[in-house]
Amino acid sequence: MPTLTPQRLTELKVHANRVREGIIRALLAAGSGHSAGPLDMADVFTVLYEHVLRHKPTEPEWDDRDRLLLSCGHIAPVRYSAMAYGGYFPVEELLTLRKFGTRLQGHPERVRLPAVETTSGPLGEGLAQGTGMALAAKMDGKSWRVYVVTSDAEHQCGLHWEATMTAAKFKLDNLIAIVDRNFIQIDGSTEDVMPLEPFADKYRAFNWEVLECDGNDIAQVAETIEKAKAVKGKPSVIIAHTVPGKGVSYMEGDYTWHGKPPNKEQADQALRELEAERERILAHG
Amino acid sequence: MANALDGVAAMRLAELKDPANVKQVPTRNGFGEGVIEAGKRNRNVIAICADLSESTRMLGFKEALPDQYIEIGVSEQLLVAMAAGLASAGKIPFIASYAMFNPGRSWEQVRTTMALNETNVKIAGAHAGVSVGPDGATHQAIEDIAIMRCIPHMTVVVPCDSIQTKKATLAVAEMTGPVYLRFGREKTPVVTTEETPFELGKAQIFREGRDVAIVVCGILVYNVLIAAATLAKHGIDCMVVNNHTIKPMDEETIVAAAQRCGAVVTVEEHQVFGGMGSRVAEILAQRRPTPLEFVGVHDRFGQSGDPAELIEHYGMGAVAIEAAVRRALARK
Repeated sequence: MPTLTPQRLTELKVHANRVREGIIRALLAAGSGHSAGPLDMADVFTVLYEHVLRHKPTEPEWDDRDRLLLSCGHIAPVRYSAMAYGGYFPVEELLTLRKFGTRLQGHPERVRLPAVETTSGPLGEGLAQGTGMALAAKMDGKSWRVYVVTSDAEHQCGLHWEATMTAAKFKLDNLIAIVDRNFIQIDGSTEDVMPLEPFADKYRAFNWEVLECDGNDIAQVAETIEKAKAVKGKPSVIIAHTVPGKGVSYMEGDYTWHGKPPNKEQADQALRELEAERERILAHG
Repeated sequence: MANALDGVAAMRLAELKDPANVKQVPTRNGFGEGVIEAGKRNRNVIAICADLSESTRMLGFKEALPDQYIEIGVSEQLLVAMAAGLASAGKIPFIASYAMFNPGRSWEQVRTTMALNETNVKIAGAHAGVSVGPDGATHQAIEDIAIMRCIPHMTVVVPCDSIQTKKATLAVAEMTGPVYLRFGREKTPVVTTEETPFELGKAQIFREGRDVAIVVCGILVYNVLIAAATLAKHGIDCMVVNNHTIKPMDEETIVAAAQRCGAVVTVEEHQVFGGMGSRVAEILAQRRPTPLEFVGVHDRFGQSGDPAELIEHYGMGAVAIEAAVRRALARK
């Protein structure tokens, strides 16, 4: 059974479109940063903040909140944008991204912006911290969950697999990892740089529940997370298949957009494309 | 000139006996006792171990407080990062392994997930120094103080004997913030008593003196006291400062000791580059330039051997300390 009504689905699609707009505007203002990953995870972050998470945007340190960790800190613009459009801070603050004195550091810092839960950027560390948090929740009998968003390439880090093994040992069914499976990294395709396939089998071998979905299909993402929440006795991973640069025609599928921002002309084109897409969603759902 | 040490008497210590008769207990035992006590006082104190529960002396904690104990196997990077996650959710994790791996292997995780992230994690680095002995250079951490003291927010503590290690363990459990607590494997002389005070960040005068100040941390305190006693017979009056908190260091006591004696020797079971002595040099260079000699490992790796033999070989025995004092004195 679908978890979203058609009307709610349309609202979330528009929301994700706005999140993408925020990403482009922030990156243009910053003049540096990553484009492809943030754009391809806009749908997942929209579903998390607007549909899944138990949280209070105006009380970000509420004790019983679900914890959302972004392990691959370099795609922070998508998180910041989703937070801004989700009511954590004014949308215009996105234009301070990467600038002196900002809470929106190039890579997220918990001390400057507690709602990001962890300081991240050095890859492969998010799942380890999420494992600790999920274990703490179990030890204290708390019902909040931990969601950890990771990139695919950071699965090349050994520490990530230390955490994978440990989360399974402690049967952390309150822990859900979501992998941005976009097949790109700085030096090219993940399968050329350091092959990750058979990817799902690796997690199965580590005694995790493995779910897959189209990470750019909001309805599928929402349904898959619901399935993961129902898993008992082991952690779950959702392999979210995404198109890098999703929503901006000239970036889609091009790994060279992994680590650079658009210039003014490119950003203007991206914003025009996103506006046209928003009109199409509103007209046709 | 007024001196911050005016009126400060040396602390009462255990009676200084020769090596054959002195009571010897591994500093790690003090950690083991302290962490259990901390866990009983506060149920949020947890212990995480990476397959070394017996040798890091966490086994007693596991038996006494099983619900507060976590075993994660040989994963030292995880040890830190997972502890940071637990600390974010209100726990006070003590994470134990050999100093060579914790924090030796996990430096970036320490920097990012503990220090930059400001999480309340306590690293217990066991088997520090060449005094690990037969295990050899791979397991002898002699760079750990350097790599911890350069990280913002980090507190670094190197207690001098088992009694002080227990006190230090309890003290760091009480404070909020990331800590590196360093201790050793071998039985080493117990120089303090249960009554000897201990305060984080406050260096201790173990012996009053006017000719040369010996600033020491860790298990070499005994060798320093022996050297000072020998030198006294030759008319050289040494002050002995137990400088257990490397960061934040007690600058006032260090400067006052340099002012009173006019020459300083630092002693530590660590590389002389970047360790406790380097911090003393930084302070004195800025506040009171003073002739300074460094006792420690001089840019070499350790090797297998008997602990006492290695301490002698690498120039950290009482005789080597006496020689350093004489060099410092000659430069006054």
